[in-house]
Amino acid sequence: MKSGVHTAQRHDSALKHVTGQALYIDDMPEPAGTLHAALVLSPIAHGRLRKVAVPPSPGVVAVLDARDIPGKNDVAPVGSDEPLFATDRVFYAGQPLAMVVAATLDAARHAADRATIEIDAEPAILDIESALAAKAYVQAPQTLLRGDPDSALKSSPHCLSAEFTVGGQEHFYLEGQIAFALPGEDGDIVVHTSTQHPTEVQHICARLLGCDFNRITAVVRRLGGGFGGKESNASWVAGAAALAANHTGKPVKLRLPREVDMVATGKRHPFLYRYTVGFDGAGRVLALDAMLAADAGWSLDLTPGVVARALTHTDNAYWIPHFRAVGYACRTHKQSNTAFRGFGGPQGVVVMEDALDRIAHRLGRDPVEVRTLNFYDGEGDETPFGQKVEGNLLPRVWAAVKHEADWARRRAEIDAFNKTSPVLKRGLGLFPVKFGISFNIPHMNQAGALVHVYSDGSIRLNHGGTEMGQGLFIKVAQVVAEVFKVDIGRIRPSATSTAEVPNTSPTAASTGSDLNGWAAFEAANTIKKRMIAFAAEHFGAAESEIEFADNTVRIAKPGSNRVVSFNELAKLCYLGRVSLSSTGYYKTPKIHWDGVKMKGRPFFYFSFGAAAAEVAIDTLTGESRVLRADLVQDCGTSLNPAVDLGQIEGAFVQGQGWLTSEELWWDKEGRLRTVGPSTYKIPGSRDAPAIFNVRMLDNAPNTEATIFRSKAVGEPPLLLATAVWNALKDAIAATGDGKTAVRLDAPATPERILAAIDKLKG
Amino acid sequence: MFSRMADTIRFTLNGQPVDVGGLSPMTTLLDWLRDHRGLKGTKEGCAEGDCGACTVVLERADGQHEAMNSCIAMLGQMDGQSIRTIEGLLGKDGTPHPVQRVFAESDATQCGFCTPGFVMTAYAFAAGGEPPALETIHDALAGNLCRCTGYRPIVDAMKKMTGFATEPAAPPAARTASPAFDGTFFAPRSLDELVALRARYPEALLLAGGTDLGLLASRSRTPPPAAIHVSHVPELNVVHAGDRHLTFGAAVSYACAWPILVEAFPALRTYLARLGSRQIRTMGTIGGNLGNASPIGDMPPVLLALDGKVALVSRRGAREVPLDRFFVGYRETALAADEVIQSFTLPRLRAGESFHCDKVSKRRDQDISAVAGAYRIRIENGRIEDARLAFGGMAATPKRASHAEAALLKDGFDAARAALAQDFQPLDDWRGTAAYRLRVAANLLRRLELRLAEPRRPVEVEAL
Repeated sequence: MKSGVHTAQRHDSALKHVTGQALYIDDMPEPAGTLHAALVLSPIAHGRLRKVAVPPSPGVVAVLDARDIPGKNDVAPVGSDEPLFATDRVFYAGQPLAMVVAATLDAARHAADRATIEIDAEPAILDIESALAAKAYVQAPQTLLRGDPDSALKSSPHCLSAEFTVGGQEHFYLEGQIAFALPGEDGDIVVHTSTQHPTEVQHICARLLGCDFNRITAVVRRLGGGFGGKESNASWVAGAAALAANHTGKPVKLRLPREVDMVATGKRHPFLYRYTVGFDGAGRVLALDAMLAADAGWSLDLTPGVVARALTHTDNAYWIPHFRAVGYACRTHKQSNTAFRGFGGPQGVVVMEDALDRIAHRLGRDPVEVRTLNFYDGEGDETPFGQKVEGNLLPRVWAAVKHEADWARRRAEIDAFNKTSPVLKRGLGLFPVKFGISFNIPHMNQAGALVHVYSDGSIRLNHGGTEMGQGLFIKVAQVVAEVFKVDIGRIRPSATSTAEVPNTSPTAASTGSDLNGWAAFEAANTIKKRMIAFAAEHFGAAESEIEFADNTVRIAKPGSNRVVSFNELAKLCYLGRVSLSSTGYYKTPKIHWDGVKMKGRPFFYFSFGAAAAEVAIDTLTGESRVLRADLVQDCGTSLNPAVDLGQIEGAFVQGQGWLTSEELWWDKEGRLRTVGPSTYKIPGSRDAPAIFNVRMLDNAPNTEATIFRSKAVGEPPLLLATAVWNALKDAIAATGDGKTAVRLDAPATPERILAAIDKLKG
Repeated sequence: MFSRMADTIRFTLNGQPVDVGGLSPMTTLLDWLRDHRGLKGTKEGCAEGDCGACTVVLERADGQHEAMNSCIAMLGQMDGQSIRTIEGLLGKDGTPHPVQRVFAESDATQCGFCTPGFVMTAYAFAAGGEPPALETIHDALAGNLCRCTGYRPIVDAMKKMTGFATEPAAPPAARTASPAFDGTFFAPRSLDELVALRARYPEALLLAGGTDLGLLASRSRTPPPAAIHVSHVPELNVVHAGDRHLTFGAAVSYACAWPILVEAFPALRTYLARLGSRQIRTMGTIGGNLGNASPIGDMPPVLLALDGKVALVSRRGAREVPLDRFFVGYRETALAADEVIQSFTLPRLRAGESFHCDKVSKRRDQDISAVAGAYRIRIENGRIEDARLAFGGMAATPKRASHAEAALLKDGFDAARAALAQDFQPLDDWRGTAAYRLRVAANLLRRLELRLAEPRRPVEVEAL
């Protein structure tokens, strides 16, 4: 049995991916009579909606708007008043106003394109500064406070203040948003949905239709990428499809073309920061007073969680005795920003990176030493929100990455290079991460699974987690294989469905395998215990004498060494009337959170990592390139090193894109103009680090009782790309006197890099 | 001259002949594969030829295998071609092709949606027998986007893409008469037919590779009422590399022109590799890049710097227009309503001349230029005696910087940089602000100065 946990199993769909046989929703056979839907979007950022009319045209079956919603016109994931279709007001350019349902996709799109839209435009708030000035927020400001930062800043030997911004990020999942709703008896609807949150799809569909949850079944076999973009945003797409199916009585597919997807759906939150940091002559941080202002877009969506995670990650790896971080969730007339891998964490950790570089420049000290000096350790081991930093691996990942990266030698080499290279400059950046694992909202940290063992010994596995490429299905299957000690090929993962496992949480916050792995373990182990009890009785042995190994079960009683295959035992259990099906359930222990006081233990544990990046910049054009990256990531004892390696590498390059080439651009009227891959530039193969050394930290089992002592890996490595941003600032600083700190807003496009260089040169 | 109005579109799909009638010839190949043929392995990721999820392989009669985007290719363009899709890589018994196996075994898939496109790109790469060096691998992958893997395992898989058997091309027999599919899609076989059609259907779009016009069918879903597909006109497929001049027919693809252009102007090697992607260069033509007269097309600055000339033809006769008089306004050319571009001609470099070019964009590969610059410099006795400085992205048309050229000859590079503000008043957009464009254009002249002074010293980050 070589397919249990801690083995490098290939993605269970890999062969289907490469042969084109993996079915995505748009590839599923369409029943006769299937209709297609297209959205009518607002061309105006803010205003009063007077009229939406779609002229009659061939093939059009229905035109639906807010008045056609039998239930509540609200698709808010946590708040309320986020209409599926605008009623009397529009709040962003791209907001859905209506939907055309037609016999063909082209008929639907053509009719939608010809809609007459009358909106009385009103002034729009299109940036964070304007929203702050107008006190336009989607929720009250949140404050994370410890100690007395005001007094501490006054008494600090040194103080500095700074300001910078980071941009948003389009998810750019390769498979656009899609849902396919099939009506059944009595108003039942099965909706095939490309979502990370099938339960929310179920709830939103039911809310729109005004029916009980048990009428809606949400089914997800796989997503062509999610990254947070198919958490809340997939729900309204599915809701619209369900509405149309309910209205017409026909199967309806809604697939957003890329441009519509990019214009209508939310993205990563852009942030504006202002902070003051106090420190001593050695560079030790004494106090931080920071303002983090997020562009929430027009509605609440998942912004509370994003801002909370940004605030609880502002400290990152560093002990800050007196701490205040105030999070503003600014309401602008733009897409409603949403979950994106890291969920505010990446936007939180950049504050201290900026501050520590400035401190180092101010004091003429090595930025790496200043970082090391401020790490959490035995002296300061409690986060501003009151959680102890336990199982601290910062010293280990830091030492490992400096070693892997040959840091000291390359630092000297690059400094020497820069002295003799007037046009091209190189830079180095080092970055540590501490990332909290668990949903910030305690009740979400629960999961269910359903395992069947059939009488031939084959096993069917279902759980609440969705497969979006991250390898969740294979990892959880490995857990079940480990329990029964059978080959992975005996286990058939099956499509996530609200009919099989109810009341699930989204596959998000990196928790997929932590939660569903344990739930599946519990389900499998329940069956295994029944099989053991039966075998003991059947073979006249003690339960302790029944051993599962290598697809077999050994009855190891004294004087006998009978071995039956797992399949045989399954058959015997069936004949012996033993239930071979079980649910499993898991809830994360130890966590609690007071969201008002912002205190508690929101995270079951922390994941640690570190990265070193080397970049080159062209001081004439501002073009940059990542020459090398060395990553060390803590994965606990990895459930699947092959899958986890893919997560680390992919997350890093995605984070690199956020900080460098991926720029969202709105025109003065608030219309997004980067609406496809021709204008919005995610990294290509040449942009990944030319030398890319990635390893998982050895011998680091999780100190908490996670599934087989593994750790979550989906998000933390995305933050490691901050090393690239640090390196770019280092390279830019080399164009100046070396003593002046650099402001580099993200994304660090060639234009921003050139502007930073020009500013430094005065 | 045309055979009959009920012509069907004939091509080879995965080794089997197909004959398509009763559909608009402006239907995209991707839509036809998925919706009419039931081949769902090829995916739509963007419908604008940029993400590569829809990549299929064009099997040329000469044995070349070229990746292309099926999303922006119209069915009418496929007539006479041989196409292979992801489904056509499986063995007869359903076993995966070695290219597919290597891809899976390299852990090069996560969500899998982009994967069929990558596999087809890898198949074309393997078939081409190129050495699997990093440079060629990245060139090959520039037209495919993956959001999950970070590319390392994909690049590793590409390193193993050698020595695989590929299927031979089996295009249908060449037509003897010119087809007119659906009465709206004309595919003339001679220059006479072409100019006659142009005169008769002034509202029809001239279609070559379709890498621009294909978006009308694909992304905008509003295909033109009629199209004249110029790719089968022999006179437009001429490639002539003479001692003093190079001549290319307007329908010659970038892929086909590449080796000759790069041999004559080595600086184009990197520049062309950054122009679109292999998928785009398989279909796209320089003639199309001139004809659509985009201010951000990458080839016009090159042709302007090289004093290129464009040969125009109509029933009234032929004429030759220097490139710098061809672009007359935003997306406007000197072409008369009844004229077509037949070819363009470039003089080779003469003694003392050198050619250089630059492209600045947010992403290195497959991006549209914020600024593109192309320069031809003649140096005699250590002195610059003549200069052509041409830029894209700086004005409503691709344009020579005539003030800067004059200043360079008279007072040197500093003066040339300063004079750029007289030549250009660029615009702000998502690719860059006006101020950045002007600043970069000036800095590119600094880069040129450095190149001329120290040709071996790297002046680009890509050289590190």
